[in-house]
Amino acid sequence: MAENLAMPKSWNVETKPHKFCPGCGHGLVLKVLGEVIDELGIQDRMVFGVDIGCSLLAWDFFNVDTVQTHHGRTNPVMVGIKRANPDLLPIAYMGDGGGYAIGSQHLVNSAFRNEKIMAIVVNNVNYGMTGGQMSPTTLPGQKTETSPYGRDPEETGNPTLGPEMVAAIASPGAYVARATVSNMKQLKRYMKKAVENLIAGNGFSFLEVISSCPTNWRTNAKQTWAFMEEDMAKYFKTGELRTPDESKEG
Amino acid sequence: MAEKPIQEEKKVFMTGNEVIAWAALAAGADIMYGYPITPQNEIMHYWTRLAPKYGKKFLQTEDELSAGFTTLGGVLAGRKSFSATAGPGTTLFQEPLSMAEMMRIPAVVIIQQRGGPSTATVIYSQQEVNMVTYGGNGEGWRVVYSTATHQELYDYTIKSFNTAWKYRFPTFVLGDGYQAKMREPLVMYNPEDRGIEMVDPVASVGLPGIPGKDRSAVHLRNTYSVEEELYDATMPIQEDYDRMAKEVVEWDERNIDDADVVIISHGVVSRAAIAAMNRLRDKGIKVGYFRPITLRPFPDEQLRKVAEKCSNFVLVESALGQLARLVKAALFNMPIEKFDAVYKPGVGITAEELVERIENALK
Ligand SMILES: Cc1ncc(C[n+]2csc(CCOP(=O)(O)OP(=O)(O)O)c2C)c(N)n1
Ligand code: SF4
Ligand SMILES: [Mg+2]
Repeated sequence: MAENLAMPKSWNVETKPHKFCPGCGHGLVLKVLGEVIDELGIQDRMVFGVDIGCSLLAWDFFNVDTVQTHHGRTNPVMVGIKRANPDLLPIAYMGDGGGYAIGSQHLVNSAFRNEKIMAIVVNNVNYGMTGGQMSPTTLPGQKTETSPYGRDPEETGNPTLGPEMVAAIASPGAYVARATVSNMKQLKRYMKKAVENLIAGNGFSFLEVISSCPTNWRTNAKQTWAFMEEDMAKYFKTGELRTPDESKEG
Repeated sequence: MAEKPIQEEKKVFMTGNEVIAWAALAAGADIMYGYPITPQNEIMHYWTRLAPKYGKKFLQTEDELSAGFTTLGGVLAGRKSFSATAGPGTTLFQEPLSMAEMMRIPAVVIIQQRGGPSTATVIYSQQEVNMVTYGGNGEGWRVVYSTATHQELYDYTIKSFNTAWKYRFPTFVLGDGYQAKMREPLVMYNPEDRGIEMVDPVASVGLPGIPGKDRSAVHLRNTYSVEEELYDATMPIQEDYDRMAKEVVEWDERNIDDADVVIISHGVVSRAAIAAMNRLRDKGIKVGYFRPITLRPFPDEQLRKVAEKCSNFVLVESALGQLARLVKAALFNMPIEKFDAVYKPGVGITAEELVERIENALK
């Protein structure tokens, strides 16, 4: 895989190296987002909204107007911006806790209303920033600080399938997909299509990205990759679930 | 360009909620975000009927958290944005409003107080004072105008947009269900025609040019890594608040100089207080009157000056001591002759009962 090692032009060089832990997937997602910002030339129209969670560390990541919001509240802030000034291109960036637990009502209703914003959920199957608690997407049997004997679906339900949920309630014009940082080419394709859908103003654009959190998983590089490509991939299928022209890539 | 909503001064007779919708239009508000709750609903009802005629917008959100945070988004995009809520909705608004305090986002929120705690009544109270003045995990960096008449609802709704955008603190108009639902005459006007200069909104994000090339990018945060960094960020906000306080503080006082007893009240209750004062004065009892109009910042100095002349106080409110707490803090360490209180949480207060109370106390 030929990887582009150069920094995207839209990155804010003054804040690099970035603040994520070594091996963290957030950096990879933001690299791809940076490339897409460059390729589609949206630096001057985009507004980046970051949640509270490890996403907050990206508050000065890009040379893009950026607003740090509250835990779970990035979608409504971006919706408010878009409704007030439809020329802008708001992109909400959050974790699985922010998107599917505390902010789930905002995600569901943004999708229902087909808000012309884009939302990215970085799914690392735990609450990274607060030290590795169970999150809505924690896998059955997975040990976290608040599921020390492994997540028991009898007690705490099954992992949230975000894109599947959003796809089920989305309106025509929406774009819904799941990608993973372990397949950067696919991630780039989906990211670009999601942002293109945002620019076109067809409808809600939603992208979940399977991502790594070696710090809280307590995994080395090899184990991290294996957990994403095997354990997580079994549960969370990548692919496009909704596209504006309904031509899905499986 | 749509024509001005109010062409010339006119006398009208309408409910408080309708007054607020017209006042927001007159103030040049661009967009309202809201979630239904009684007794503020008709603000949305009138706004959604009027707004499209003047190129204005509305979004009904999924809850008050969203109403609050979308309002902040609208402000960040550079539009005069507002919302309205009450009771449990005011509770949910504390989270977005604390973000507004920290990030200096000039949101305007109308509160029509209903009974509390919990769901309580949809009718009336003055029980949202604590929450509106000092709610949220912060220091109460907001401006709160407590109105008493429909004319004031009109005047202070317009003023709240100017205060918010001039000083960049979130600003509340604090009404109640009685003011929301009753009809009363008032004069509506175009603020510019009265020489009131409307402060233009400015966008925080989406400014012209490519960030990092033509201008620097805007990076707005509310999270800080260490204590000292937070301290350095918050102390200038307090200094700005103190500077602003001198300019925005408002109160009303009457008949203080010769008073033997002073009634303290705020909002719609102060109408009963004025009526009681007048009736008692007719009977030769020297009653004075003090009313904070801004509950934040509170007219501390002004009240202390009153207490130097007369400190035989009767405090009345439709709550169990929420105004009293602000008053006592303002009077801290002053010698007080008497502090009598009439607390009726969630219940209206009449002039008759105040007259009786004060007459009995003086017997
Ligand atoms: C209202 C509120 N509740 C709780 C928190 C504490 N908190 C901060 S980040 C976080 C979890 C973040 O997890 P996730 O959204 O999955 O993002 P990640 O850090 O894993 O990328 C929580 C619970 C908060 N900031 N605000
Ligand atoms: S805690 Fe996890 S998600 Fe957060 S920066 Fe570190 S590796 Fe990334
Ligand atoms: Mg997470």
